[in-house]
Amino acid sequence: MKIRAIVDWVKNANAYATEVYNAPYRSAIARAKRDEDDLFMMLVFSELMGVPNPASYYTLELQPLLLERFHQWHLRMGMEHSPLDGFRCC
Amino acid sequence: MNAILLMLLGLGAMFLGYVIYSKFIAEKIFKLDPNFRTPAHEFEDGVDFVPTNKYVLWGHHFTSVAGAAPIIGPAIAVIWGWVPAFLWVVFGTIFFAGVHDAGAIWASNRNKARSIGALTGDVVGKRSQSLFMIVIFLVLLMVNAVFATAISGLLINFPSSVVPVWGAIFVALIIGQVIFRKWMNLGTVSILGVVALYALIYAGPSFPIELPETVFGVSDNAQWILVLFAYAAIASLLPVWMLLQPRDYINGLQLFIGLFLVYGAVLISGPELVAPAFNTNVPEGTPSLVPLLFVTIACGAISGFHGLVASGTTSKQLDKETDLRFVGYFGAIGEGSLSLATIIAVTAGFATLADWQAVYHSFGQGGVTAFVQGGANILQNGLGLDVDLAQTLLTVMAVLFAGTTMDTGLRLQRYIFQEWGNIYNIKWMEKAAPATLLAVGTCLLLAFGAGGADGSGGLLIWPLFGTTNQLLAGLTLLVITTMLVKLGRPMYVTLIPLLFLLVMTIYALLIQLMGFYHKSDWFLFSLDLVVLIAAIWIALESASVLTRLVRENKAAKAS
Repeated sequence: MKIRAIVDWVKNANAYATEVYNAPYRSAIARAKRDEDDLFMMLVFSELMGVPNPASYYTLELQPLLLERFHQWHLRMGMEHSPLDGFRCC
Repeated sequence: MNAILLMLLGLGAMFLGYVIYSKFIAEKIFKLDPNFRTPAHEFEDGVDFVPTNKYVLWGHHFTSVAGAAPIIGPAIAVIWGWVPAFLWVVFGTIFFAGVHDAGAIWASNRNKARSIGALTGDVVGKRSQSLFMIVIFLVLLMVNAVFATAISGLLINFPSSVVPVWGAIFVALIIGQVIFRKWMNLGTVSILGVVALYALIYAGPSFPIELPETVFGVSDNAQWILVLFAYAAIASLLPVWMLLQPRDYINGLQLFIGLFLVYGAVLISGPELVAPAFNTNVPEGTPSLVPLLFVTIACGAISGFHGLVASGTTSKQLDKETDLRFVGYFGAIGEGSLSLATIIAVTAGFATLADWQAVYHSFGQGGVTAFVQGGANILQNGLGLDVDLAQTLLTVMAVLFAGTTMDTGLRLQRYIFQEWGNIYNIKWMEKAAPATLLAVGTCLLLAFGAGGADGSGGLLIWPLFGTTNQLLAGLTLLVITTMLVKLGRPMYVTLIPLLFLLVMTIYALLIQLMGFYHKSDWFLFSLDLVVLIAAIWIALESASVLTRLVRENKAAKAS
């Protein structure tokens, strides 16, 4: 019983420590990740915007997977509506 | 007087301030509402806006605002005796810093968690906003120059700390990788990291490292300053998770361990204060106590830098509005207690008055070196640590703080340059590397321009740094006061500190201006002049905004 309580305490302490470690830098790291993701988005959708992409055979497969993020992305890039013809979004 | 009594008096007064005064502020002035939907909930996005547990948020806020500055300021200011420094730290924390920090979070919280800089533009006016950017830039510039000088002085005075100070960077780099790649959980890593750091500290005295006195005519002091800036430039370009984040975390742990050790040692050994209560026999060239005391101790009594942290990140993570009393006000008390520990270390840590006077032989002396020497003596008497080891421990603590601040400061300065590049359409300045070089260049110019070619006199600008920091606090207080007036609430709790700060900073700037003029130090003279213009500008702006609002309120009541 006692050991159980100690294990719980350690787990709890660990969760707090993780939070303390991450909280101050959460936004900086998430923003850096988002920047990287945005670049990746652009690579995947580049053909649709008329930029040739040698890897389009592979990226085409990714398009449906990234569709969920597409709306957020084009808003962030400063385009109110989907920039792509035949690719309605909003 | 015994140091235990001073410690209990100080901590007791600050605690009462939290229990009574902050309750009054929270309930009667800010009227905090537990049901107010905070921006962390309203705009929750998992990136910037994340509701956070109040103790975690306090830890974050406290460790971001506490650094080397609350150590350096009081360690210089005890030259006027311990009573003035003690009173200003304690009352400053209770009536100035606590209200300012909590108020900055409140103001930001009630305005969609926008930063104080942006709020100045909305609440006060556009002119003040541009002023704000300039003042922030000056504060960052000075803090980097001063800290580089302070660190290089420490590394030369305590060569035993060189190995642990630079070793700590490798420890942090390893921790960063281990956490990022999820190899171990954080509890284990924290223990291993602290053990590794203290092993380095333990080994430090056996491997003292001193730089050659001159290399190509560059003194050892200047060499360290150059090395430090080279390091800070590289560090500020790395992704935060690699170095800054783990180092900040280790510093936080160090801060708590250090405070615990110093206060514990004071309790066990109960040293007597050897420094005079009021120093009537100040060394020649020491400026008068009023107003210089109030700008020499900035952090630890009130500091504008806190407003930037409070409104920049803390307010975006506030879970409940009522939490800000604990996070903001108690955060300020945490920093006040660090300053109090410093005052005790530098006044009770010397064996005799003559020893103390030997350290404080002229104005601007003492500083962190005195903190390390005095604190080490107390640790030796209280906990039986070897004096070399205790000195290494405290040096590492101070240097790591200052180093992290340099990293963050240089990063922020780079952002400002990049933003200017964007605004004025200067393409090359928008890139990270040239902007960093520009930031480092301006800091080096200040460090060597103020202190001569050997860079030893960089601490001369300490009071000027304090003044600029107080101005920033003044701007934040102006924003809070304006908001209070607009809400028709009593404004004296922030107006009195604001007036006090403005009077003291302008007075101090004028005195320093005369000093630089007599010394024909045109570099610092012009820097002082820029700050003075900003200060007068803020005073005029405050007067015009507040009188207009009060008149409008009266007119509204009359009709």
